[in-house]
Amino acid sequence: MTSPIAPDLTAGRMPAKPRAGVWRRLVKRRLALLGLAIVAIVVAGAILAPWLTGYDPNEQMFDGLTIEGSPLPPTAKFWLGTDLLGRDLLTRILYGARTSLIIGIVANGVALFIGTLVGVTAGYFRGWVGSALMRFTDLMMAFPALLLAICLAAVFQPSLWIVAMVIALVNWVQTARVIYTETSSLAEREFIDAERTIGASAPRILFRHILPHLLPTIIVWGTLGISTTVLLEATLSFLGIGVQPPTASWGNIIFENQTYFQAAPWLVFFPGAAILALALAFNLIGDALRDILDPTQRGRE
Amino acid sequence: MTTTNPILTIANLSVSVRGEEGSREVVSNLSLTLERGETLCIAGESGSGKSMTALAIMQLLPQPAARISAGTIRLADTELTTLDERRMRRIRGDRIAMIFQEPMTSLNPVLSIGRQLTESIEAHTSLTPAQARQRAIEALKAVRISEAESRLKQFPHELSGGMRQRVMIAMALALEPDVLIADEPTTALDVTVQGEVLELLRDLQQKHGTSVILITHDMGVVAEMADRVIIMRHGSMVEEGKTSDIFAHPQADYTRELLAAVPRIGKRRDPDSALAPSPSLRSARLTSPPGERSSSTFAPVSFAQRKEEELAVASTSSSPPRGEGGPQGRMRGPSAEHSTPVAMVKDLHVRFDLRGGVFGRVTRRVHAVEGVSFSIAPNETLALVGESGCGKSTTAKALAGLVPYSGDIVVGGRNLSGLGRDERKAVRRDVQMIFQDPFASLDPRMRVGDLVAEPLVIHGIASKEERRERVAALFDRVGLSSDQMELYPHEFSGGQRQRVCIARALALRPKLIIADESVSALDVSVQARVLDLLKELQREFGVAYLFISHDMAVVENISDRVAVMYLGQIVEMGSRDQVFSNPRHPYTKRLIEAVPVPDPARRRNRFDRLDQEIPSATRRIGEAPLKLALSDVGDGHLVATEG
Repeated sequence: MTSPIAPDLTAGRMPAKPRAGVWRRLVKRRLALLGLAIVAIVVAGAILAPWLTGYDPNEQMFDGLTIEGSPLPPTAKFWLGTDLLGRDLLTRILYGARTSLIIGIVANGVALFIGTLVGVTAGYFRGWVGSALMRFTDLMMAFPALLLAICLAAVFQPSLWIVAMVIALVNWVQTARVIYTETSSLAEREFIDAERTIGASAPRILFRHILPHLLPTIIVWGTLGISTTVLLEATLSFLGIGVQPPTASWGNIIFENQTYFQAAPWLVFFPGAAILALALAFNLIGDALRDILDPTQRGRE
Repeated sequence: MTTTNPILTIANLSVSVRGEEGSREVVSNLSLTLERGETLCIAGESGSGKSMTALAIMQLLPQPAARISAGTIRLADTELTTLDERRMRRIRGDRIAMIFQEPMTSLNPVLSIGRQLTESIEAHTSLTPAQARQRAIEALKAVRISEAESRLKQFPHELSGGMRQRVMIAMALALEPDVLIADEPTTALDVTVQGEVLELLRDLQQKHGTSVILITHDMGVVAEMADRVIIMRHGSMVEEGKTSDIFAHPQADYTRELLAAVPRIGKRRDPDSALAPSPSLRSARLTSPPGERSSSTFAPVSFAQRKEEELAVASTSSSPPRGEGGPQGRMRGPSAEHSTPVAMVKDLHVRFDLRGGVFGRVTRRVHAVEGVSFSIAPNETLALVGESGCGKSTTAKALAGLVPYSGDIVVGGRNLSGLGRDERKAVRRDVQMIFQDPFASLDPRMRVGDLVAEPLVIHGIASKEERRERVAALFDRVGLSSDQMELYPHEFSGGQRQRVCIARALALRPKLIIADESVSALDVSVQARVLDLLKELQREFGVAYLFISHDMAVVENISDRVAVMYLGQIVEMGSRDQVFSNPRHPYTKRLIEAVPVPDPARRRNRFDRLDQEIPSATRRIGEAPLKLALSDVGDGHLVATEG
C-alpha cells in the first residue's frame, strides 16, 4: 500500500489530543458562558431569596404606595419599585423565580419527554401504532390548548405541581410532531439498514442510533419551550387556575399589572425582562451544547 | 490543432477556498485553451479541482468561501473574472452553458420542463412566447425526445434519468452556446443510457460546432469523447495532450497509474482460454500462497494472478467440474461442487404494492424480483449485474433481511422462513452486507471503533478487552491504523470509510458478504485497491461474496460466476468466462457493448440506440410478468429463452 496514488490512506487525521469534557468546552464559549451566568444568577436568586431581600413577598406595605394609592417607581428603598398593592417588586420577582424555574424546567422537561417518546415511537414503528399515536397528537393539536388546560386544572386541586403537569400535558404535541417527522426520515437512512443487517434490535437502533441524531432538535425545542411554558403558566394564573395568588410567579406579576402598563411600565418591564433573559440564557446554552455534542462538527468551528 | 483563435483561454488560474486553517488552493496555476469545435476532457479523481475549474469559468464558485485568487479566464475577447454579475448572467446560458451530474436535482421539480426550457430562451432572446415554445420543441427534438410537444407539459419526475439528462442537454443547447461545460454528465446514468447520451453529445457538437469541456473521472468516457485531455491532480495539471497520445504514451507517472487502475473488460481474460468455460477457481486458490499481498495497481496483478491460477488448474483438473445441481438442475454452477452452498436462493419474489384510488386499494404492484434462483458456494464470488431498477439491490436486501419476500432463502443449510426470531438472528450472523455509500451506511455520530465493535456487542461476543483487540486487528487487516479507531466517519476519505465498512462486515466472520455496489462510489485507484483487499480477504477467510454492480468491467475483474438481471429476473447466468466471452442473451450483449473502452483507438462510431425506454417493473394487478425459463446451453451456462 505504498502507491504514489494513495490519497486513500492519507486523509483520516490521527487523533491529536484527548478531547476536553463537555463542561470545559462549554465554558470556553463566550455566549454559552453568558447564558450559564444568567441561569446561575436566577437559580441563586430563587434559592437565596429570603436572604437577599428584607421584605416579605406578600407584605402590602403602607409606604409602598403614593398618597394617591398608585405604585412607586424604582427608588433607593424599593429597587424595582412596588406593585399595585404596595408589595416590593424585586422581592416578588426573586420569589417568583422559584415558581417559574419549576414550571420552565419541570413542565417543559416532561413535555419534551412525552413528545420525544411519542414522536420516536410513531416515527420508527409506523404501522397502526404510529398512526394511532399521530392521530392522537393531531387531535390534541386541534383541541384548544387553553380549554384543555382549564378542564384539567378544574379537575385537579390547583397547586404548583399540578399546573406543571397540566402544562406538560398540553405542550408535548408540537415536539411530538417535529420529532416524528425527523425520526421517520432518519429511519430511512442507510446506516439504519446497515444496523439491521448486523442484527441490532429495535431499542438499540432507537436509543443508540436515532436518538443522538435528534438531540439538536430536542435541545432547540427545549430552550424555546421554556419561554412558552412560563407564559402559559402566566395565562393560567391570570384565569385563576394557575398558581394561586398571592404566590408570585413571573407570569402572574405581568398579568396582575398589565392594565397599568402605561401608568407604571416597570411593573411589566422587569418581570418581562426576567422571562426574556432566562429564555435567552437557555437558548445560548442550548445552541452551544448542540454544537459541542455533535461529533460531526469536530474540526470545523 | 491550430492556435489561431481559441474560444476560451484560461491563464494561470488559481482558485482558493477558505477553510479551517487559512485558505487553501484547490486549483493552482492552471492554463488551458479551448479551440472552436473541440472537445476537451478534464479528467481526474475526486478532489483534483476539475469541478472547481468548471465553476470558476461559469463564475459560480460557492460564495464567499471560494474565490479566484489569480489568473484570467477569457471567452473569445471578454475577460470573465472581472465581469460584474449582471453581465455575467447574460453570458451564462447564452454563450457558456453547463450540464450537471445529477439531472434530477438540477431541474426544478415543480416546474414543467416546457416552462424551464422557454424561461431560459425568453431570458436571453427577444423571442415571443410562441416562438420560444417553438424553439424549445426544436431543442427537444434535437436531443431525440419523442413527442416533444406533449413532453413540454411533463414534470421532471415523470421522465427517466436518461430523458432528464437529455432535457438538460436540450436546455443547454437551445441557445446555441459557444462553450458547453458538461460536469460528469453520464456518471449517474446506466451504461446503456450513458452510451446514448455520449453519442448524442458528439452528434450535436458536430452539428453546431460547439466547443465542449467534458469533466469526468471515467477514462472510458475520455477515450470515447475527447480530442484533447487534461489530467488533473490535487488542483494542478499533471499532463496535457492529444487523447491518442495520452493513452498510448502517457508521460507522467500519475497518468500511467491512473490508466493502469482502470478496470477493463477483457483485460483479465487469457485470450487462449477465452472460449473455454472457467474451471473452479477454488482449487487454484488453495495453491496460491496465503495472505499474499498484491501491489497497488490492479490490472497487471490480476492478470498475472490469473495466469498463475490457470496454470495451477491445468495441472490439477483439466475438465470443468460439474455441480451436483440444485432443484430442477437450475442451481448448477461450475464451482458449486463438493461442499454445500453458503447461501441458496430459490424462486425469490419481492413485490411492493402501490395503493391508489379513494379507498387506498392495491391498484398496481412493483414486481421488483420475480422468481430469482441461485446459489453461492464457499469462497466463491457471484456477481449480480444489471441496470438500475432491475432488482439486484432488492435481491440483496431480501437476503440481508431488510425487505419481506416470498420464496426460499437457505443460509448454511437452514431455511430462513421456518425459523424463529432468535434463530434467524443467529443464522443472519453469517450474512453481512457492505453498502454502496460508505458515508451513508455509517452512523455519523459514532466513533468508527465502536461501529466496528458493534456487531460483536450485539451478538454478545468477547469481553470488552478482547473486543478492542479484535477491532484493532480488523483495522490492521483492512489497511487502517488502530489509532484511527477514535475518529468519526467524516474524518476519513471515501476509500477509508469503505474499509471501515469492510472491517465491520468481517467482525462476525460471516460466510457470505453481500457487496451492494460497494466500489461504485470510489475513485478508480481507490476502487482497485478495495477490490484487491476484498480478494485477499476471500483467500484468507474463505468468505463468499455476492457482488452487486452495474459496472461490467469491475464485475469481470472480481467474479467467478455472473448472473445478469433484467426486470427482476435472471436472463443469463454462468461462469465469468462463459458470460463475458460468449454472451448469449441480447441484453447481456448490450450491456457489455455499452461499456466505454478506455482506448481511443477502439472508439465506437455509433452506438445503436434503444428505440424505447427500459420498461417499468410496475404492473397492474392481475398482469403478472411473463416468467422466463432458463435453459442450459452447456456447462452450466444458463440463458433465458424468450416466450
